[in-house]
Amino acid sequence: MSVLVNKDTKLVVQGITGSEGGFHTQQMIEYGTNVVAGVTPGKGGQKFMDQVPVFDTVKDAVAKTGANASVIFVPPAFAADAVMEAADAGIELVVCITEGIPTLDMIKVHEFLKKRPKTTLIGPNCPGVITPGVAKIGIMPGFIHKPGKIGIISRSGTLTYEAVHQLGNAGFGQSTAIGIGGDPIIGTKHIDAVKLLNEDPDTEAIVLIGEIGGSDEETAAAYIAEHVKKPVVAFIAGQTAPAGKRMGHAGAIIAGGKGTAAEKMKALEAAGIHVVKSPAEIGNKMREVLG
Amino acid sequence: MKIHEYQAKEILRSYGVPVPKGKIASTVKEAEQAAQEIGLPVVVKAQIHAGGRGKGGGVKFAPTAKDVSQYASDILGMTLITHQTGPEGRLVKKVWIEAASNIKHEYYAGIVLDRASSKVTFMVSTEGGMEIEKVAEETPEKIMKVGVDASVGLQAFQAREMAFSLGLTGTAFKNAVTFFLALYDAYMGTDASLFEINPLVVTEEGDVLALDAKADFDNNALYRQKNIVPLRDLDEEEPLEIEAGKSGLNYIKLDGNIGCMVNGAGLAMGTMDIIKLTGGEPANFLDVGGSASAETVEQGFRIILSDKNVKAVLINIFGGIVRCDRVANGVIQAIKNINTKVPIVVRLQGTNAEEGKKLLEESGMNIIAATELKDSAEKVVATLGQTVSK
Repeated sequence: MSVLVNKDTKLVVQGITGSEGGFHTQQMIEYGTNVVAGVTPGKGGQKFMDQVPVFDTVKDAVAKTGANASVIFVPPAFAADAVMEAADAGIELVVCITEGIPTLDMIKVHEFLKKRPKTTLIGPNCPGVITPGVAKIGIMPGFIHKPGKIGIISRSGTLTYEAVHQLGNAGFGQSTAIGIGGDPIIGTKHIDAVKLLNEDPDTEAIVLIGEIGGSDEETAAAYIAEHVKKPVVAFIAGQTAPAGKRMGHAGAIIAGGKGTAAEKMKALEAAGIHVVKSPAEIGNKMREVLG
Repeated sequence: MKIHEYQAKEILRSYGVPVPKGKIASTVKEAEQAAQEIGLPVVVKAQIHAGGRGKGGGVKFAPTAKDVSQYASDILGMTLITHQTGPEGRLVKKVWIEAASNIKHEYYAGIVLDRASSKVTFMVSTEGGMEIEKVAEETPEKIMKVGVDASVGLQAFQAREMAFSLGLTGTAFKNAVTFFLALYDAYMGTDASLFEINPLVVTEEGDVLALDAKADFDNNALYRQKNIVPLRDLDEEEPLEIEAGKSGLNYIKLDGNIGCMVNGAGLAMGTMDIIKLTGGEPANFLDVGGSASAETVEQGFRIILSDKNVKAVLINIFGGIVRCDRVANGVIQAIKNINTKVPIVVRLQGTNAEEGKKLLEESGMNIIAATELKDSAEKVVATLGQTVSK
């Protein structure tokens, strides 16, 4: 009925005693997420909100609580280290919310994770993952989501909320919404998220939201053309973005004439994907496609 | 963050990457002195953050002292127009005076981040002096790429493979291997996001030199690159973008007349796109961040309205954790403080959207409230029609 996040998710929050980490831990608990532990080095032994035990290391947290997922709210200079700590402790799903991690740090993380194939990294620089009505790992507003059959994959936070809102207006809920992140190096790319949702028996259709920069949307399109029978509706942000300028996200840049919205839309259309030009048409298009 | 060629060459030199001898000059006199110290002949090179300087007349070979004076006086203060500067060009404030090299052959060397493989990737090509994008498109077989394993770094065998692929032998081969290894160290050591040596030259003497150098750095890593930060040249950047950066806002100026302010980068791009699709032209990209507080909204307004082309503003906030009624109060406060006559369309969606809309409508201010994306774009484009007809 979902991917990545389900009722068996036992979450450890890395950076739980920070203001961001603390606030969103509260929000996640209120939504129903099973937050079993927090980690802040040097603050082991404390309790967060009088209920969540805080540990010095992720290894301790896993040993004592059986945590199987982690969310990271650690400042950018230390976030790559936090991802590697979680993976080394055997955590299966690591969701890194932190924005602003140096690229070369993430390249090292990428090599590190190759040797730990059990771990899936979502992000960094992402809103997280939500399985509506079950649990959320991240910073997205839970209440706008409704349980349902549409899987969402997106590089952007608020644009995902927009898509969720439109799907709601069109009468659709979501199986799982995955915010994969706006950085040039991310753990789970469009294609990986597509594979997950394609194999999920309770996802009937997919919304794929991309943006300028890189070629991950094109790679996903090639996979979809070959392997995915479920309908896919897609939108690419940045059709009006100038070349050579970073549009907010570290990864949203047209470099050397490559990574334009036009290129991506062309590749997606060629793969039989329902591409909408306007971000306001995501919900309507899904209704049209699913009848 | 981009830097000038002369700054990039100084960094390369400090990492042991061979570059021709050179000096920077801001006046004709300094240029003359530099040429004297370096020894003729020299090359006079305009320093701006854009490629194509040679074609635009910003790079001149000066065999005599008289030539140095002439070219330095021509280039300093000129507005150099290249395919990368746009039609308005860029004012040249400095020239780099460099010892002319006895070039035998020109090559290309570059280091970039390859997003598809998530690796730092080294590229070399025999097609030096050409635009590498063009080479990649027309003759991709002429580019050799080496993906580096970040856990061990660039290995000597990889540097040898690259040097062999360029057909180098003897002294030039050895020098190229050293050059590549040092260039990789410089890239990693400075948290670069791009190094481009085009051309990389082999001289008649077998020396391997960086004849040009282009460098870009990862903004996210500047906090640990204390030597790179001071190299920023604000004259090369859009003043409004600098101003926005000071307030922690992400702003990019465009050519249209509908200003927009949005929370979140993806939605901000999407908002620009829908303005265009509805028949308008976006004036900017502006991400006010997740919280969209009264202060950031007010700062955002000031920056958007500093652009005199702006004739209407669309604010599009998807309230997630932040409540729309609070955003509405912030917007009302900001508009009061700014006191602008420009029509403003505000779209609030998400938590407490209806309450937010009501607050805007009851504020008695010239605000047009909207709740859906499509509707908000149509409303803002329509306002513009009215403004024009008056």
